[in-house]
Amino acid sequence: MNYARTVWAHLQKDLRLEWRSKDALNGMLFFSLLVVVLFSFAFDPTMAVSRQIAGGILWVALLFASVTALNQTWTRELRNRVLDAQRMAPSPASALFLSKVLANFLFVTMIQVVLAPLFIIFYNLRAIGQGWLMLLVLPLGTLALVVNGTFFAALSLRTRNREMLLPLILFPVSVPALLAMVQSTTAILTGESDPGLWIRMLSGYDIIFVTLCLLLFETVLDAE
Amino acid sequence: MPSATRAIHLNEVSKVYGDFAALRKVTAELSAGKTFVILGQNGAGKSTLLRILAGLIRPSFGKVTVLGSQDVAAIRRRIGYLSHDSMVYDELTALENLGYAARLYADADPSAEPMWKPEEALDLVGLDAALDRPVGKFSQGMRQRAALARVLMSKPELLLLDEPFSNVDFASSSKMLQVLGKLRAEGKTILLTTHQPELARPIADCFCTMHEGQIAAMEFFSPEGSAA
Repeated sequence: MNYARTVWAHLQKDLRLEWRSKDALNGMLFFSLLVVVLFSFAFDPTMAVSRQIAGGILWVALLFASVTALNQTWTRELRNRVLDAQRMAPSPASALFLSKVLANFLFVTMIQVVLAPLFIIFYNLRAIGQGWLMLLVLPLGTLALVVNGTFFAALSLRTRNREMLLPLILFPVSVPALLAMVQSTTAILTGESDPGLWIRMLSGYDIIFVTLCLLLFETVLDAE
Repeated sequence: MPSATRAIHLNEVSKVYGDFAALRKVTAELSAGKTFVILGQNGAGKSTLLRILAGLIRPSFGKVTVLGSQDVAAIRRRIGYLSHDSMVYDELTALENLGYAARLYADADPSAEPMWKPEEALDLVGLDAALDRPVGKFSQGMRQRAALARVLMSKPELLLLDEPFSNVDFASSSKMLQVLGKLRAEGKTILLTTHQPELARPIADCFCTMHEGQIAAMEFFSPEGSAA
């Protein structure tokens, strides 16, 4: 119960900071809109082609956009050396990590909510498969992105080129998740195959990486 | 000296960064309830020493015992550390910053000694009229006072203050000194680094001068400050 209260205290603080600065949301929104609009002009796809490529474009746009939010996540803890205060606090380090994951999850979900109608309009989309499965794929995929992203952003925190380092570490590790996200989305949109296997793979990926990141975060936070 | 009256014991503590030794075999015992003012040029090892005592960095060699313990997690609960940065969020108000910190401490150990309320801690450092202002709009002196209030809120037994008066106006440093004087009278142990010895002299029991990673000299103003 105390753990949940601590996570909530961290989360409230992060949401308040973002509400006042809007650093992460503005960056993500601008970037993802740019990708969606530019790709729609570049390919001028028909409805059939759209279904084949939309999954890839959606997740690549979200992956790149979320990197901007993930970099912000820890940067604001570095200002004024607040991170030292976090390390000195007696609360569990994993609660801080979990709250950051939840905050980033909310930010990316907000971008998805804005992006979804635009995506449908620009790519003239209509799911042939079971469209409701997107309600599973989107949160599972988002969780995969933000868990690893938040963890690796913390890992690269003390390096000089952390903005460059994060994608270099994050993208290779995210390849299995990205594959599952894109394939399951494409399967749902085209209805040509069963997305079940990919969704199970994505769930497994989430379970493994959430557990690992929670267990290892304290070591990362206290690393010199 | 009995260990009960010893706040800090450093046994040949060194900290090495590549070829550079920030601390070189520092050995000292510092008594509880005293105020130690650490002086020295930039790069003398003052901040490194405080960060080791706070458990924020590990020594490369040697043993550190703080308040009778070598367990970093246990030590951190009993000490307050203030760096020369304010360690508070600019976008949050003073009250929100302290309220957030208070929740982290209270949730971690509900059975612990009751802390100062955020309003009380801010009142203590003379920021009662600026509770609802974002810290980012504070002057440097006000930010340092807000930071001190955050540290004091948990009623730490040992205070580690890294250059608390740097870039701070006279009014703020006077207020901080007044608060530190009160804590000293209550028997708290204070370690404070500064480049302004004349400012810290009224609350000092001992001036420790550091040079090239070692304690070069100790000047006592009260008995039983330390046994090296």
